Amino acid sequence: MNSSIIVFPGSNCDRDISDALEKLKFKNTMVWHKDTTLPKSDLIIVPGGFSYGDYLRSGAIAAKSNILNEVIKSANDGCLILGICNGFQILTETGLLKGVLLRNKNLKFIGKDIYVKTINTDNKFCNKYKKDQVLKFNIAHNEGNYFTNSDHLKELEDKNLIPFKYCDKEGNMHEENNPNGSLNNIAGIFNDKKNILGMMPHPERMIDQMISGNDGANLFSSLLN
Amino acid sequence: MKFTIKVTLKKDVLDPQGKVVQQTLQNMGMDTLKSLRQGKYFEIEINENNESKAKYKVEDMCKKLLVNLIIEDFEISKI
Repeated sequence: MNSSIIVFPGSNCDRDISDALEKLKFKNTMVWHKDTTLPKSDLIIVPGGFSYGDYLRSGAIAAKSNILNEVIKSANDGCLILGICNGFQILTETGLLKGVLLRNKNLKFIGKDIYVKTINTDNKFCNKYKKDQVLKFNIAHNEGNYFTNSDHLKELEDKNLIPFKYCDKEGNMHEENNPNGSLNNIAGIFNDKKNILGMMPHPERMIDQMISGNDGANLFSSLLN
Repeated sequence: MKFTIKVTLKKDVLDPQGKVVQQTLQNMGMDTLKSLRQGKYFEIEINENNESKAKYKVEDMCKKLLVNLIIEDFEISKI
């Protein structure tokens, strides 16, 4: 499988993702944001970090970069797109995913391990997980508080476009296990066609049991299915 | 031609920053303070002499980059 990782000034999770992909024998290319063409890709990843220092709004400047025009074209042609953390923020700023990531409810940067529950496994990104499986991921963000209008929120729930929701270790989903104030404990969303996934937690930080856990590995291996 | 742009959060969007600023002012004894919302402010200069054309361009900038219309409103004024 051919993958591309887009690199912006301020990206800092790009190497972690390429390590995760290389471990699974993806043929990966790093693509600089000023490039105007994308290599042939089955998967494009917009990584986490602080593109352009989060100036104006997180992801707003990166969403207008040269390469994003190409990413949008590929997305519309059905290419798989994964936006993690700042990548999720960038995808919402481009309009590829609806909604917006507001500042965390407690106004603090949150960097810690959290738990999410898999809500939808019937898609390209999560088919190696079981439904209602509790996964340990890591979050590190200041703006992860997902917000959208009530019609779209209903659509996300009704059409099963939410792959992950924040929960506790046992899988209970309450307001207390919601780290950032996201609507309905949402940790990630799909577009209508489920070829675009945006999520705040970092699966690439959980690919090795020796380091912190390997709950993220199946997200990448699902893509090979 | 110069314009100012005032960007504010829509009414139904929570403004935690504004809330903290409000609470701090209230803690400082400003007990007549009723409510406070925080926003953004831009000053823009445009190379264009026709006011309506210039305003149209500023509006375009707002819609395309400066403002996230899902959560923010904006107001343009000429200075």
